[in-house]
Formats: sequence, C-alpha cells, structure tokens
Amino acid sequence: MSENTVNEPVTAKRVNPRLENYKMIWKRLKKNKAALIGGYLIIFFILVAVFGPYLLSQFGQYGPYQQNLLNKLQGPSAEHWFGTDNFGRDIFTRIIHGMELTLWIGFLSVLIGMIIGVPLGIISGYYGGRIDNIIMRVMDVLLAFPGILLALAIVSVLGGSLQNVIIAVGIFSIPAFARIVRGSTLSVRKLEYIDAVRALGASDFRIIFKHILPNVMSPIIVQATLRIATAVLTASGLSFLGLGAQPPMPEWGAMLSAGRTYMYEAWHVAFFPGAMIVLVVLAFNIFGDGIRDALDPKMKQ
Amino acid sequence: MTKFIIRRLIQTIPVLLGVTILVFSLMHLIPGDPAQIIAGESAPERQVEQIRERLGLNDPLHVQYGKFLGNIVTGDLGQSVRSSRPVADEIGTRFWVTVELAVYSTIVSVFLGLIAGIISAVRHYTVLDVVIMIVALFGLSMPNFWLGLMLIQYFSIGNWMPDWMSFMQMRASGWGDSWKQVVLPVITLGTAGAAIIARMTRSSMLEVIGQDYIRTARAKGVKERIVIYRHALKNALIPVVTVVGLEFGALLGGTVLTETIFAINGMGRLTIDAIRTRDFPVVQGTVLVISLLFVFVNLLVDISYRFLNKRIELD
Repeated sequence: MSENTVNEPVTAKRVNPRLENYKMIWKRLKKNKAALIGGYLIIFFILVAVFGPYLLSQFGQYGPYQQNLLNKLQGPSAEHWFGTDNFGRDIFTRIIHGMELTLWIGFLSVLIGMIIGVPLGIISGYYGGRIDNIIMRVMDVLLAFPGILLALAIVSVLGGSLQNVIIAVGIFSIPAFARIVRGSTLSVRKLEYIDAVRALGASDFRIIFKHILPNVMSPIIVQATLRIATAVLTASGLSFLGLGAQPPMPEWGAMLSAGRTYMYEAWHVAFFPGAMIVLVVLAFNIFGDGIRDALDPKMKQ
Repeated sequence: MTKFIIRRLIQTIPVLLGVTILVFSLMHLIPGDPAQIIAGESAPERQVEQIRERLGLNDPLHVQYGKFLGNIVTGDLGQSVRSSRPVADEIGTRFWVTVELAVYSTIVSVFLGLIAGIISAVRHYTVLDVVIMIVALFGLSMPNFWLGLMLIQYFSIGNWMPDWMSFMQMRASGWGDSWKQVVLPVITLGTAGAAIIARMTRSSMLEVIGQDYIRTARAKGVKERIVIYRHALKNALIPVVTVVGLEFGALLGGTVLTETIFAINGMGRLTIDAIRTRDFPVVQGTVLVISLLFVFVNLLVDISYRFLNKRIELD
C-alpha cells in the first residue's frame, strides 16, 4: 500500500494504515472494561498454566497424583484450599495442573477448526458456484448434528481419549469458521479494489492471501475467541461422560465426574473443577464479546 | 410462499442424504475391524464372523449403504448388538422423553430469555441491565452438567427431589405426577438457552428501538408501553426466532449430559450407554434420529422466519 503514496508530497509523518487501525482497535478495547477483565483473566490463566505447576512443586506440599487415603474427602481448609478428593489428593493442586490441559484443549481444537474451516470458507466465498455449493452443503450436514452430538459421535468412533476429544471438538468447530469466513469473503470480494488488483494481474492465490485474508481477519479472531469457550465446555462435557481424559489425569471434566459419586458427603469435589470451567469459559466469552465490539466498524464514532 | 417452502424442502434433501452417509460411515470409520471391536478383543473368530454377517459388513460398501438407506425409509434402524432388540424399539418411548425435556426447556428458556432481554433493552445501561447481562454471561459459560449437579446437591436437602429413584424408571407415558421432577432437569438444560436468547433479544430490541419508525411512533404520542410491545418487539423478535431454532438443537444435544446426570431414561442416555458398550447400531440410530429431528425443526423455523419477515423476498 505504501508504494502508492510515495510520489505524493509528504507533509505529515507517513503512517502505516494497518498499524493505525490496530491502535484504534486497541483504544476501543481499552474502553471496554468487561473485555479488559476477560483479557487479563486469560493472561492470568495462561501464566498459571505455565508457572503454576512449577511453583507448586517448589512451595506446595502436594503433587497432583499424591494420594493420602487417611485424608480423603476433606472439606476446604487452610491446608487444602479446595479440599481433597476420594483418594485424598489435593484438589487445588490438581486444578492448577489441569489448567494447562484445559487451555491446550481449547487452543488446539480451535486451531484445527480454523486451519480447515478458514480455507474452506475463503474458497467457498471467493470462487462461488458449484464448489461453494458443495462445501456449504457439507457444512450443513456437519451442522445438522446438534450441539455436542457431532463431537460425541466422532469420539465414539475414534475411542475415548484426550487426543481424540481435541480432534472431535476441532471438527465440530469447522463449520462455524467456514460459514463466517465465507460470508465475509463474499462481501469483500465484491469491493472494487479486488477488481483493481485482479486487473493488475494478481493471481487468485495472491488476492486471497494478500487482500482477502487480512480483511476477514477480524471475524476470524472474534470467532476463534468465542469458539475456545465452546470448545472448553464441549471437551469437559465429553471428559465428564468418561469419553475424554481418563483418570487419574487432572482434567476438570473428569474430576467433576469423579466428584459426582461423593456429592452428598463432599460437595467441594465436584464444585471447584466446575467453577474453574465457568471462569475460563467466562473469560473467553467476555473477551470475545469485547473484541467483537472493538472490531465492529459500526461502532466507530 | 409455497414456492419458498418447496425450494426449502428440496434444499433439505442433500442435507438429509449427507446425514445418513455420515451416520452410516460411523461404523466404518472405526479404526480396526468393527465386528471385532463389537465382539470384544478376545472373542472367538466364529462370533466375530457372526456379528459381521448380522451387520452385513461383508457386502460391498455401496450395497451396505443402499440397504441402510432403504431400511431407514421403512423405519428399520437395525438391531442392537447387545440386546438384540430392534433399535427403533429401543428408541421408541425414549424419543418422547427426550423431546419433552427439550420442548419444556425451550419454552422455559424462551420465556425467561425474552423477559430478561426486553427488560434489559428497555432499561439499557441501568444497574438492572448490567445485572441481567452478567447473569446471562454466567448462564452462557456454565457447563450444564455442573449446574445440574449443583442443583441436585442444593435441592436434595429440601424436598425438591422427593422421588429420586423414580427417575430411573421413567414411565413410558412421560414424566409422572410430580412436576418437581421436571423442574431441575429443565432448569439445567434451559439456562444456557435462556442466556443466549436474552442477549439476542436485548441487542435486537436496541437496534429496533433506535430506528426511525419508533421515533415516529413516540412523536405521535403513542404510549411507551405500546411502542415497546406492539411496535418494537414485533420486529425485534424476528432474528430471535432463528436463535430459538438453533437453541432447540443445542438442547437436543445437551440432553445427552442432562439425562445422564438426572438418570432420565431418554435418547441421550441411551446414546451414552450404547457408546460405552460399543453398541454401534444403537449409536447410529440415536444420532440419526436426533439429527433428523433437528433438521426438521430448523426447516420449520426457516419457514416461520420467512413467514414473519415478509420484507425478505425470494432471492
């Protein structure tokens, strides 16, 4: 873009329009308090995932798998902040160790959905016609399996494991990306500058990567953030059903499922893992809402 | 309108075919030999061969699919490997239990969601609005299996679950005498939907309230109440209808977890049990039925959407 401005008399400092745009988005994001809280929470969770287990191994007294049957099903106390489970394991320690798992599941599965969904959406929107029709009908079929059912069906075939849950939730995320990206591509493709670039002899590949992809980035980012929330919910649901992470892994859904048996004697075993799922999902939801508002041109004042 | 309905019906056909192909493939995407996995690792070769024969796995793929499709059309969903009963019978009454649960939850979430959303929009940027939206965000972010467990834990102290065991023997006719039995599962299942509908209603209302014709109505001196309920709400509801359809689907999927927690003997629980026992014909059957139901509901929603929104002409 900067080539076009070279010959103009330069009066003001030359600005990079894309950078200016990012600054503007950042400014609007900063104004949105809820989104900021979400963002900080996410950063905090990532820090916990990265450093938490190390800190606990240095300063804590318990390991995530360390059992103490004499001490089982103890309620929250100064010693065990979130209490202990049916094997006397410290729930707080296990939850900290589970943070990494939860975030990996969220990020990886959405990444899978993005890597497959985004190109499908762009191809569909850019080329239109028969290929668009085929891709979108396939997406319709995937969307015909409501909610967790598609992921469930895939896991039932592949077998229950954490890895298969990530794959299943990834596939479950594909249609969302494909649809959103297709819609944005359609509206971008019709703009005149795309015709102009094409008239200049740019290849489809170049048009797609240099001119369309950057312009459909905002909906992709928003969708990815919100999708992580859904992915965490779905994956923990599958683990809860015993089809994902297997015990003794400190995965929150699996921990919750184990706590179910002791609900009447020890409420905390099921409570804390679930509450953590709520917090993580909430953080991604409000952050996603915030960046959607920040990226939405309609909100520009 | 008729033209639209016909076109929409025709559009559904490839989706239906796709769904059957995907469900059919489930059996064949299993890594390894499906018959061996169903029979168990140490099963004698003869038994494996029997299962293979019974499931028709020896035929070429296209023949198998043809049979599969033909059977579906005649209502034959195959036979359970475990109980040897027809899958259609296994689903039978459980279908209605699940549908009932999903319908009640949809009604509750639409009702709560609409009220909350309208209040939020009418009082936007007040404390009430903020509180409602925060509650909605939590509702949206809560795993329903956790919510269900917490509700059970909390209310089992009181008298809200008088008859815990009777859940296990859910009668064929439906829910039994006590409405209390229905309350917790419905809240569990409906909360996320209510949250989504509340948010959608709010933003849709706000958009409509900002439009010229509302200003005109107000300028004419129409009472605020009538402006909101007669003028604004009518148009604001149109996009909400689509969400309701999608939510119904999400609820259908969500029954898998809710039914497991509350030990309700519906299709969701049947699916999970079948997955655990590797009873693939039953898994195929329930997944197929739930999806077909969802496609059908979406079809209805699309048609009613077009009916409500007369501004959209055939494109």
